[in-house]
Amino acid sequence: MTSVAVVGFTQAPNVRETQGTTNGVEMLVPTLAEAFQQTGLSPSDIGFWCSGSSDYLAGRAFTFISAIDAIGAFPPINESHVEMDAAWALYEAWVKILTGEVDTALVYGFGKSSAGTLRRVLSLQLDPYVVAPLWPDSISIAGIQARMGMESGRWSEQAMAEVAARSLTDAAANPSAQRREAVTAAELLDRPVVADPLRAHDIAPITDGASVVILARTERAREIVERPAVITGFEHRVDSPSLGGRDLTRSESTRAAGRAAGGDGVELAELHAPFSHQELILAGELGLADGVRINPSGGALAANALFSGGLTRIGEAAMRIIDGTAGKVLAHATSGPALQQNLVAVMEGE
Amino acid sequence: MSKQRAAVLGTGQTHHKAKRTDVSMPGLIREAVDRAMADAQVDWPDIDAVVLGKAPDLFEGVMMPELFLADALGASGKPLLRVHTAGSVGGSTSLVAASLVTSGVHRRVLTVAFEKQSESNAMWALSIAPPFSMPVGAGAGGYFAPHVRAYIRRAEAPEHIGALVAVKDRRNGALNPYAHLRQPEITFESVQASQVLWDPIRYDETCPSSDGACAMVLGDEAAGDAVPGGAAWIHATAMRTEPTTFAGRDQVNPQSGKDAAAALWRDGGITDPFAEIDVAELYVPFSWFEPMWLENMGFAEEGTGWKLTESGTTELGGRLPINPSGGVMCTNPIGASGMLRCAEAAKQVMGRAGDYQVDGARKAVGHAYGGGSQYFAMWLVGADKP
Repeated sequence: MTSVAVVGFTQAPNVRETQGTTNGVEMLVPTLAEAFQQTGLSPSDIGFWCSGSSDYLAGRAFTFISAIDAIGAFPPINESHVEMDAAWALYEAWVKILTGEVDTALVYGFGKSSAGTLRRVLSLQLDPYVVAPLWPDSISIAGIQARMGMESGRWSEQAMAEVAARSLTDAAANPSAQRREAVTAAELLDRPVVADPLRAHDIAPITDGASVVILARTERAREIVERPAVITGFEHRVDSPSLGGRDLTRSESTRAAGRAAGGDGVELAELHAPFSHQELILAGELGLADGVRINPSGGALAANALFSGGLTRIGEAAMRIIDGTAGKVLAHATSGPALQQNLVAVMEGE
Repeated sequence: MSKQRAAVLGTGQTHHKAKRTDVSMPGLIREAVDRAMADAQVDWPDIDAVVLGKAPDLFEGVMMPELFLADALGASGKPLLRVHTAGSVGGSTSLVAASLVTSGVHRRVLTVAFEKQSESNAMWALSIAPPFSMPVGAGAGGYFAPHVRAYIRRAEAPEHIGALVAVKDRRNGALNPYAHLRQPEITFESVQASQVLWDPIRYDETCPSSDGACAMVLGDEAAGDAVPGGAAWIHATAMRTEPTTFAGRDQVNPQSGKDAAAALWRDGGITDPFAEIDVAELYVPFSWFEPMWLENMGFAEEGTGWKLTESGTTELGGRLPINPSGGVMCTNPIGASGMLRCAEAAKQVMGRAGDYQVDGARKAVGHAYGGGSQYFAMWLVGADKP
């Protein structure tokens, strides 16, 4: 059976606003160069390329076409694109290597959230006939979700603040983080509510960013890095879009993907939770044991570059295998309103 | 490792029209999905995953519409992927779905592509001026017309070839009950009398703007073996990309198309495409692209593609029928157009193409391109296992 491993990961600085265009090229050129430097590979070593991005975030059609200018794609390349977080591009690339057609793949994601009013842009993901015309924005929907969990006793403001305090404190050690602060939950709870019941710390920042992950068939991966992060489980699921038709305090798709991916015994998890309470939902659905280290990078609450944020979670977790600090890790990516779509990757060292 | 075999188990499509105001987006895709699942004789528990493709989200005004369509796609609780590779997306979506089977990850996959162009105006959605990019100008026709003019000059092609393709495709479309434009009465003279839109392209030499969807069910070897009358076996797939603009780029006969075709023939064991392929569904949105792609694909030497058209070789009943379904010239729901090419190729080798069936079709090609002739996706299907 073919197996596939992560051999490299790089990311652009996560910032509130870049001066570059919405096609990501200015963020991608140095990030790709760094990935090639890190792995010792060159563009001609890559068998398949796959990216994730959104035309709506960029406010134009065909953003991803301009983005390939960052590669210098001539002679022509074997390439594909998903209109999703690049974590799903990584999934497509993983499948491509499993077919045996290629040995290596480079995956990138990018997004310039600062180009528009993000919470309004994301409203356009909703049912265009009966929901989007009401313009419920992404933060309001998350607020409803948080409120439902608090009122049903599944979590509390205190638990949410503890997630944020841990994330922001951990982010202090992450040079790529956008938001970092050594802070306690008590201090955070003294701050004002911005979208009841959410405080600023409960909401991921608006981030411009990009990231790159390189995959290789495991035999090839061993030639590139000493300790490749071998993917032992890779699964994703989507839930119904009907906000009133599913229990927003749960995430069936995360539970199903996690079970299928086989996350038992992971030491570390990078969870893509753009809102503090969503980390609580995810950790519960994935059945993470108490000792599992969650989001040592600071997670999405420290930086959340859309369309690369999920890929970054996988890259961060993989690097903990590659650098020898962990033996088995789990990474998660989400997409859509209120955790509608979820992906889980489990990786191990050899 | 050796790849797993994959096959098309069944296909379905909507009736295509300029405005399908009788259905919502979920209704539109479900029309194609229900037909494909009936054709494949499968039910929802048989489907392991769903892959959706469509062109820019700005065409319908919905960001990542696969999210709100998850229930209508039967995807809730399952893996759902969304592909977007410009106009080639229907082709590349088919290829991604195929890879889910050939990789051994899934046994049966539903793949769907759609566009509801009546929700907006695609021509102007494309006519934007982002910084540092060459503006497209007046939609796709304005972009591609100079390429056609350059082809005519380079190939020393007679000016009437475009009209010959238009007449052929529209008459073929009249045989296809799902086609948007069905014009059995069209004549060479009427095409030549139609208005020039973008020199040298006339109104009757352009594709329509359509609302429509296409769906296919793909399966593994065991599923393919069970198809009554035989499945369409996937022999090879190929995708290639190059940048839109750079000094020295050949936009008339792009390298990415040539490379994709060469990979397709190599992986499919084809040494002489003209002799070995029985029928091809090529992405021809403007009639002149038939001779251009015949050359780019290697069916004809460079500069001679128009001679195949002129001699009637590409007609239904000719040696190498091109677009017997009527093709993009009759039906163009942009995001679905590439998948329609793949599905129509599959129908031919399954013997399910009805009035436009090519007698004895054993090997067929589905082809799609997108962007500024820079994204190519194609597959080779056969009546026999590879």
